[in-house]
Amino acid sequence: MKFKTRLSLDVAFKYIFKITGLLVLAALGGILAMLVYNSFSFFLDVKPLDFITGLEWNPTGKTPKYGMLPLILSTTLVTFGAMVIAIPLGIGTAAFIAEYASPKLKNILKPVIEMLAAVPSVVIGFLGIVLVGPGIADLASLPNGLNALNGAILLAVMALPTIITVAEDAIHAVPKTYKEASYGVGATKWQTLCRVVIPAAAPGIIAAVMLGVGRAIGETMTVLMATGNASLLPEGMFDSVKTMTATIAIEMGEVPYQTTHYFALYAIATVLFFMTLIANLVGEFFINRFRKYHAA
Amino acid sequence: MKTKLSAENLEISFGTKEVLKKINVSFNEHEITALIGPSGCGKSTLLRSFNRMHDLSPDAKITGLLKLENLDLYDRAIPVTEIRKRIGMVFQKANPFPKSIYENIAYGLKINNLPHGKEVIEKALREAFLWDEVKNDLKMPATRLSGGQQQRLCIARAVALRPEVILMDEPCSALDPVSTLKIEELISHLKEKYTIVIVTHNMQQAQRIADKTVFMYLGEVKEEGETSQIFNAPKNEMTLNYINGNFG
Repeated sequence: MKFKTRLSLDVAFKYIFKITGLLVLAALGGILAMLVYNSFSFFLDVKPLDFITGLEWNPTGKTPKYGMLPLILSTTLVTFGAMVIAIPLGIGTAAFIAEYASPKLKNILKPVIEMLAAVPSVVIGFLGIVLVGPGIADLASLPNGLNALNGAILLAVMALPTIITVAEDAIHAVPKTYKEASYGVGATKWQTLCRVVIPAAAPGIIAAVMLGVGRAIGETMTVLMATGNASLLPEGMFDSVKTMTATIAIEMGEVPYQTTHYFALYAIATVLFFMTLIANLVGEFFINRFRKYHAA
Repeated sequence: MKTKLSAENLEISFGTKEVLKKINVSFNEHEITALIGPSGCGKSTLLRSFNRMHDLSPDAKITGLLKLENLDLYDRAIPVTEIRKRIGMVFQKANPFPKSIYENIAYGLKINNLPHGKEVIEKALREAFLWDEVKNDLKMPATRLSGGQQQRLCIARAVALRPEVILMDEPCSALDPVSTLKIEELISHLKEKYTIVIVTHNMQQAQRIADKTVFMYLGEVKEEGETSQIFNAPKNEMTLNYINGNFG
């Protein structure tokens, strides 16, 4: 190829990549702007503090109530429950695959786990209705099993492939020299894993967990199907909950255009946006703290 | 001189690749023995067989008898962790843990349930000629130290466990001349307490620090003897060619 063509291609690609990069920024900025703009219309009617701390969500009542605390608590409860289940399982599985499993078993486990990520959320939600829900109802003698625990279990299953895959990559990427150093001073495999490998892989593991949290907070269909959607203040894992995502999904289709209720759903979405943003920032903070020891 | 570490009829292969053939070699107590030879001759493989580092490679096959004094190193009744505690190792590339300087020394002590108070840490760092440089920064990440300091930290980490033997796999190959000299000085000093086996590509280094030298070629020991004899009056023609730089 001629030198001039090569040079102009170089310049052209530089701009193409710059544009794609800026497009991502523009998309993010656009989404945020749309959410905030519509939320403002809502906050003209309802005070932000009343919205966040209000104990009742009943936008279609005679006197509409726009308190989203039950929704925030529902999302938090389900996400928290999912992580309590998924984090130990996910990190344990990742450590097993990376350090203990024979190559043969590894070759079976990894694709199977990745296949789990390909199961559509509506199928998982379906399993929640016909399998997990009735199971919980039987075990805890409840009238039905459509509650926060059901949602948490299903979300844990959905977050697991992400957590396992990313955490396994992180554990696998720990330099062999660290492990040799640990074995060299007489450490067992387990001591090496707990005290050297997992701490060294911590940034990646935290990133894995944060991705899992993001998945759980944002997941809609599964929780919509499995948690019963009662917009009351939840008191425990056995209560029916209505998460923020489910609220938007259920009510957006039926709400009259550009009413307070319509704008309220945008306001929920804005809060959701900031919740995931905070989750990511917290993750980033921890990642940087651990990175300090890695960079020479 | 008492024999500290020995190998009899040692053969090691990885899969179908034979790396060491009928090795018979022994190392004396409180001496420094250098293993020299061209790349791929099996120096590191031999070194790592003594603290059973090959246990980590599933395809390694080892036959023969390896002994620490009268202890069979591959005796199933003896935990490998005990052997690695008694036979310490310093690696080619300094590999401090991504933890603080203090934690780097304390790690080995903690996992072996040994006392890991400040005095113990200080003693190990002093022995590795590192204390004066780091005494005010014990909480600093070890990765911020210079290459030479990191390697001395790794030596301190090995020394802290009070091993009987220290194996060193080209400990200076990644270091500048000044750091190298400092580590050589340290190694010479350490032989009073420990038996040291060092793999090196640097023939001047072998002459500077080693009491005995073993020349290996293609998985076999070709010649061993006093360092001065190996370098001044080698009996084997191959040794002569290697130390003269005719191949390697």
